[in-house]
Amino acid sequence: MGKPALKEVIPESHPHPLEDLVRMDRIPHIWCSGCGTGSIFTACLTAMKNTGIDYNDFAMVSGIGCSGRGAGYINIDSFHTTHGRAIPFATGIKMAKPETNVIVFSGDGDLFAIGGNHFIHAARRNMDITVICVNNFIYGMTGGQAAATTPHNARSSTTMGGNPESPFNLPLLAYAAGATYVARWTMLHSRDLTDSIEEAINHKGFSFIEALSPCPINYGRRNKEKPLDSLKLYHDRTIIKNNADPGELAIDFRKKVILGKFVDVEKPCHDEEYGRMYLGETNE
Amino acid sequence: MKPAVLTGKHFINGDIACAEGAIAAGCLFFGGYPITPATEVAEHMSERLPHVGGTYIQMEDEIAAMTSILGGAWTGKKTMTATSGPGFSLMMETVGLAVVTETPCVVVNVQRGGPSTGLPTQGAQADMMQAKWGSHGDYEIIALAPSSPQEMFDLTITAFNLSEKYRTPVFIMSDEIVGHMSEKVVIPEPEAIKTFSRVAPDQPTENFLPFKPGPNGVAPMPAIGEGYKVHVTGLTHDEKGYPVMSVDTQAEMMERLMGKIRNNLDDIIMTESYLLEDAEVVVVSYGVSSRTSYTAVDMARKQGIKAGLLRLITVWPFPDQIIKDLALRVKGFVTVEINMGQISREVERCAGYRVPSYLAGHPGGAVVPPEEVVQILKEAF
Ligand SMILES: Cc1ncc(C[n+]2csc(CCOP(=O)(O)OP(=O)(O)O)c2C)c(N)n1
Ligand code: SF4
Ligand SMILES: [Mg+2]
Repeated sequence: MGKPALKEVIPESHPHPLEDLVRMDRIPHIWCSGCGTGSIFTACLTAMKNTGIDYNDFAMVSGIGCSGRGAGYINIDSFHTTHGRAIPFATGIKMAKPETNVIVFSGDGDLFAIGGNHFIHAARRNMDITVICVNNFIYGMTGGQAAATTPHNARSSTTMGGNPESPFNLPLLAYAAGATYVARWTMLHSRDLTDSIEEAINHKGFSFIEALSPCPINYGRRNKEKPLDSLKLYHDRTIIKNNADPGELAIDFRKKVILGKFVDVEKPCHDEEYGRMYLGETNE
Repeated sequence: MKPAVLTGKHFINGDIACAEGAIAAGCLFFGGYPITPATEVAEHMSERLPHVGGTYIQMEDEIAAMTSILGGAWTGKKTMTATSGPGFSLMMETVGLAVVTETPCVVVNVQRGGPSTGLPTQGAQADMMQAKWGSHGDYEIIALAPSSPQEMFDLTITAFNLSEKYRTPVFIMSDEIVGHMSEKVVIPEPEAIKTFSRVAPDQPTENFLPFKPGPNGVAPMPAIGEGYKVHVTGLTHDEKGYPVMSVDTQAEMMERLMGKIRNNLDDIIMTESYLLEDAEVVVVSYGVSSRTSYTAVDMARKQGIKAGLLRLITVWPFPDQIIKDLALRVKGFVTVEINMGQISREVERCAGYRVPSYLAGHPGGAVVPPEEVVQILKEAF
């Protein structure tokens, strides 16, 4: 454990703009240099701040993984649960205390392999939570094994001859399962990502944001992709196309990868429906 | 709208009695997933919770059901789930999370015959060791064994009280027979029901240590939104709740987790004795098996065998000392249970080499006939 280096270099007269939302006593964080998770985390915290919602009305839930450490650095009620189970934990919070704004911050492996079932069911219920997926195409924390998001042919520590499987198209999955807000950005598009997360937090219903993120250590290394190469891909080979057909959103960096907001519809969310049908609550 | 406490005499089955006990205890959130023979608990909770302003949600599997009640518990509410063997297996990883994050909750296991899908509609008591050791790592757990619908009501309230008091998951280890039998259940006036809620912190929110034990070894528990900004993790953590990957922190945390149970055994362990004063041989039993064990003891007495019964109401933590003390003055033990030898091993461990200990077991699907118990008593002693 190093000592909190950042605190010393930031002068008290100019605190970090997110200092009130970060557990400064836990800095430095574990994320490698060149990792995209921190940028996505920053976007998330900035978005939370921008909503103007009291921090005590938020809760963050993470699963297990590098991105899953997010819940450990945010200075609000925060829960670092078990691998894959952030969404059911968040569901418990939301249904027991619906006024809470629950944000799930976790990884692609966590949310879509071991936790895939929970994702589709929370989307189907239109559970009013915000799910942010750091998609680095790999199991980062365990050393770079193939995930449900690893591109076809990509090398990982368990597919050294190339990935024989094909990845999920996450926005399509979310849309098909019933998510009422779906967007995709990269960590490089920090402004769009931040605005989108803010919109997602304010959205009533299940919102899902896929944030593409480099893992230079455990994905880039085996796929001849240096940290800057990933950023270049995010810059050169993406195109923003709001309302694109979710069916067109498969990721292939040899072609253009589509970013944007794809779904934003109004539909009663689960706690509202339960309140109305079982607890005699009106929506006013 | 029905009230939380349905005072009066009822003729209901154990599962329904359990659900009513939960409502009377103040449970406000239930994450369910159907499974025979526990389904009626979920069904009844789904109907009853809205009457008291609570919430039922049917989750997509038992992993989700179990995890949802932990999330619910951190909002400050009392929460519960119910299942049987296959679902209990799925819940195990999350049970560990509940233990290590000191999250109060109640988990009902209406046991059926196993392994695997086993005998869905017939009773067994074969998950008793799983209740103690099913999640990975070392931990202490509380498990109660009701033997009647009345006890399904009473002990569910006790389970909530213990879970709130010790910030720990508590198991109700019932079985298909007790879950599905209907008997008279008397529900007292609300004032006569003792309920306990977790101690809330009275310290300022700044620099609060959510895992620093109070006088009884248990830390006061804040809820989401109160401003304490707690961090809760399944990683080894310090009193602040922050992960610290050190041998010392692991040792401190384990000491705290085990200590709060091990140092309060007198408060947690409940047993009942029948004709034990002058007994020369002791029948040990719990749950539905204790019902036939009373008959077995009566039959043995009629045949001149000085038998007595020790009924375990709390099975975990195990009443080591009671068995050890008995072992000093009796000829031996026979444990009656619907499995091929689980709690009997605990009895044997506590009896040591001092006196012999036998099993009157059953592979599952029916109770152990009292005649069989008497036969063992005759042959062994
Ligand atoms: C039940 C269980 N299985 C496996 C693991 C090991 N494990 C820890 S993190 C992880 C993968 C995380 O991948 P991802 O969610 O993509 O997060 P990343 O590290 O890439 O940010 C795995 C498999 C675990 N902790 N628990
Ligand atoms: S291993 Fe990859 S995902 Fe994990 S912190 Fe390092 S760069 Fe980020
Ligand atoms: Mg990943």
